[in-house]
Amino acid sequence: MSSVFFFIAAIGVIAGAVGVVLLRDPFFAVLALVVHLVSLAGLFLLLRSQFVAAVQVVVYAGAVMVLYVFVVAYVGGEGEAIGERLRSSSSPASGGGPVASGLRGLGAVLGAAVLVELLIALLGTGLEAVGHEGAPFSSSQGEVHTFGTPAYIGNLLLTRFLLAFEIASFLLLIAAVGGVVLARRRGGIEEDEPEGVLTPLDLVRPRRTGTMAEAVGTQRGRR
Amino acid sequence: MSIAWYLALSAIVFSLGAVGVMVRRNPLVVLLCLELMLNGGNLALIAFSRMWGNGDGQILALVVMTVAACEVCIGLGMIVALYRRRLPIDVDELRELQG
Repeated sequence: MSSVFFFIAAIGVIAGAVGVVLLRDPFFAVLALVVHLVSLAGLFLLLRSQFVAAVQVVVYAGAVMVLYVFVVAYVGGEGEAIGERLRSSSSPASGGGPVASGLRGLGAVLGAAVLVELLIALLGTGLEAVGHEGAPFSSSQGEVHTFGTPAYIGNLLLTRFLLAFEIASFLLLIAAVGGVVLARRRGGIEEDEPEGVLTPLDLVRPRRTGTMAEAVGTQRGRR
Repeated sequence: MSIAWYLALSAIVFSLGAVGVMVRRNPLVVLLCLELMLNGGNLALIAFSRMWGNGDGQILALVVMTVAACEVCIGLGMIVALYRRRLPIDVDELRELQG
């Protein structure tokens, strides 16, 4: 029964991945990645890691993909596909010319080489456990199954991997600050901006940052 | 299902992501393909965790998810900054750092 579920989820995973690589519209690529992530969460459940599967669905397929959809809607990326790229690459405007299309074919060949090497490395290790179903994860003394539950993961995170946990949280803080710094509104893009009325908000706001109203375009920014 | 099946699937997903990073031009799709590569690594980590029966691989997979979220945050911030400066959203056109 588990093999049936494995093959259903594996088809979803590979179809999602192929869709991400091949689909022309970035919006559909994001949706294909959502299919990929949900199928992958099913595989995690088959591997008895319930907590990671739940995090995958909630954080990845929920929050991160919503961020992607917002940025795709904001930037409005124009469609492009591999075949179109190969056809149009001979025109001088697209830069690179036939060299670029040759490089793209080389990219596909390199990907196939990576696949072969990974398969050799992973399946040719000679580890006997690779061919088995996995170690027994429940003790035979009648205890409840604890492997992969939130209590098990939380216990590990707060005892043995406390340092990794703290470093990860600090990394998230740095990334949040970096995202705000990178994506904020900068002064100097539009030169002919009228000086607006000074509001009390300008006193608490740092220079060269924008407000929500300016970001949606209802009010011209002031520098 | 033996662990080898999961490892083979993770290798396939990783290589598909690598092909996408090398072939696609849109930086948004390049970021999506990076996610694919990280997910292939995650699947291998979880499979090894199941193989040995301890939770270290799952913790490592959670850390990889954290790093992926940070990478998404910074990458999307850079794309929004590119868009605001009216630069082309195309990794082939952005060649000012190239020699």
